[in-house]
Amino acid sequence: MSAPAAGPPGPVAEPGGLAGHLDGFVRAVREAGIPVGISQAVDAAEILTVVDLLEREQLRHGLAAVLLQRAAQRPTYDVLFDLWWPLGDRPVGSSTGDEDGGGERGQSTLDLPGSDAELAESMRAELLRLLQEGDDEELRRFARTAVEVLGRGQPSPSGQSFFSYRVLRALSPDTLVSQLLSGLLTGQERGGLAEQIARQTVRERLTAFRGAVEAEVRRRTATEKGRDKVAKSAVRPLADQVDFLRAQAADLAELRRAVAPLARRLAVRLSARRRLGREGRLDFRRTVRASLATGGVPVVTHHRPRKVHKPELVVLCDVSGSVAGFSHFTLMLTQALREHFTGVRAFAFVDTTDEVTRFFRPGADVVDAVARIGREADVVGFDGHSDYGTAFDVFADRWASAVGPKTSLLVLGDGRTNYRPPGLPVLADLVRRSRSAHWLNPEPRRLWGSGDSAADRYGEVIDMVECRNAAQLAEFVTTL
Amino acid sequence: MPRPPTQFPQFSSVADVSKRLATAGYLPDEQIATTVFLADRLGKPLLVEGPAGTGKTELAKALAVATGSELIRLQCYEGLDEARALYEWNYKKQLLRIQAAQNGDGADWNTVHDDIFGEEFLLSRPLLTAIRRTEPTVLLIDETDKADVEVEGLLLEVLSDFQVTIPELGTVAATRRPMVVLTSNATRELSEALKRRCLYLALDYPSAEREREIVLSRVPDLAPGLAAQLVRTIRALRALELKKSPSISETLDWAQTLLELGLDTLDESAMRSTLGVVLKHASDQQRAAAELRLN
Repeated sequence: MSAPAAGPPGPVAEPGGLAGHLDGFVRAVREAGIPVGISQAVDAAEILTVVDLLEREQLRHGLAAVLLQRAAQRPTYDVLFDLWWPLGDRPVGSSTGDEDGGGERGQSTLDLPGSDAELAESMRAELLRLLQEGDDEELRRFARTAVEVLGRGQPSPSGQSFFSYRVLRALSPDTLVSQLLSGLLTGQERGGLAEQIARQTVRERLTAFRGAVEAEVRRRTATEKGRDKVAKSAVRPLADQVDFLRAQAADLAELRRAVAPLARRLAVRLSARRRLGREGRLDFRRTVRASLATGGVPVVTHHRPRKVHKPELVVLCDVSGSVAGFSHFTLMLTQALREHFTGVRAFAFVDTTDEVTRFFRPGADVVDAVARIGREADVVGFDGHSDYGTAFDVFADRWASAVGPKTSLLVLGDGRTNYRPPGLPVLADLVRRSRSAHWLNPEPRRLWGSGDSAADRYGEVIDMVECRNAAQLAEFVTTL
Repeated sequence: MPRPPTQFPQFSSVADVSKRLATAGYLPDEQIATTVFLADRLGKPLLVEGPAGTGKTELAKALAVATGSELIRLQCYEGLDEARALYEWNYKKQLLRIQAAQNGDGADWNTVHDDIFGEEFLLSRPLLTAIRRTEPTVLLIDETDKADVEVEGLLLEVLSDFQVTIPELGTVAATRRPMVVLTSNATRELSEALKRRCLYLALDYPSAEREREIVLSRVPDLAPGLAAQLVRTIRALRALELKKSPSISETLDWAQTLLELGLDTLDESAMRSTLGVVLKHASDQQRAAAELRLN
């Protein structure tokens, strides 16, 4: 091995060399909200002695294996890893040696004497070709060149800055979709199955390209301005920490994935409790019969199955616009419970209440069910703003028998009454009649009681739980 | 605390892991190969977590083949206890032995007592079996998340020291440390303590490229063009929010089906007639048909 190749990838400036560098990395991982214990940090150091430090990907996966404990932590970890163990600084130069295609082309676009517009145009053509072929490695290399050429902002005293939006605006990859589609479809007719699948492929590749551009911008900013600064701003909250009420479209799918196993867990928990203590009264006849096999000694005792307590669950859910993101997840929970128990009834309300159990047939699709509730259920009586008082009244009046001594009641909503009567006595009465009652509120606790929120007053008659993100929902589920 | 028995590393490098797993019929990506290599080198249990159908159990089986070890499997379920996981005394046989002594083969109580707690009356369950083996062993603890929390405590004890204390027999320590693979579907969070002792490998569905290679290696007669088309379709299906996303094994089943039917392209009619191979819920099928414009 030649001399310059020795040593870890990337600059190591800290005192303490490699060990100090690793320590800094572990700290950054901790600061991003991933708990790393001391023994894990020690294991990480051991990893450095075992893997080939010149193989950056091996190092990445190796450290991930000891530092991470959940799949959701991986995106955050990858961002930090790229900052702490960056690739070398000259992507184009280093790649020309072994690569004749992308590297040289990158070089030639750099030397192009034409205007910015011409440059962008030629790079667009290149991007189109690469997206068509779908080679991840080349696409990444192209992203690095693109950031170098197109991503520069105004130079300022604090250093050169790079922006991903400049690159994406110049290349506007989204406008390539139709060309890409016709390229991928070669000869097949549009509109059918083939197009849908090609669209999915295009979506995947565009996302990969955008990710590569953003990663490269982060890397360059880190070398200009220090990685600690970038690490703080670049790391997104873990999926189960995202606020239900603030979740964006991109987070939603991720969140749904986080909630799905949770729903199953809740169902398993409830059914596990039913099965525990299965030993009922002694079944004398079966025990004696079984003892014949062991010479009349009753080694194994048999018991009659105990009568199972069937939990009944009534879910009362605010589906108004202000809590739309939240109610979606709770309805998903309802659906999962419906699949395991017969005694689950779901009610939805905005300013009046309707039973929505029928939309959650076992096997029904949740997204579909939520859409149908909006269309078909009779939840809006007056103006489409939440009216808890009327909703509780209607519920207690029309479905008086739904809540009984065996029922657990679950109310979901932010408790914002639009200054209408909150209907406290009705709710108190429902709570009194039920076996247990909880209210899940997606608003932070400090906002309860502010403005039109009656959450603090409701909290006096029912156990109100803050449930802002999937992590808190998980916590509630495990204490239920 | 006694140091766990040392184990000679089975693999010489990450590339070696990839090569030997591939020979065993499992195509690992870099992440899998690196993590397996480290688990082997550091002698730590490997915790593999991911959605159903991403090849977790398959990895353990391929490891056993690649290292020439025997696979011992402990399938976890709710209510699994020490008697099923570790060891149990064979009560019936013990009873027979006592009765035989009473009926006059003359042995006094002390002999009988020593006798009935001997090797002959011990039923060895997977964990004990794996510890006692002297040949190379891969211990697969499957679906760890389905077991109760108490079992995790038991696993912690066994996996940190690789020894088991049986009150009547004394301590049984491993002479040769088995390679341990735990799998989990993440339906519940495993305890921090258990995770800390393991190397963590999060498995997701493979990349398009790798899945195509898997299809071609397992169903070699399939035309490469059709394989690529198949993988693209599967990925489109996985992008939909289905109840149960198609697994790798279902991809392979589908490839096999297309081959058996002699179809050379996956168009609307082929897909309509074979969708049942990959999607097993009526609602999923309806959803896929609507989103992919099959009708």
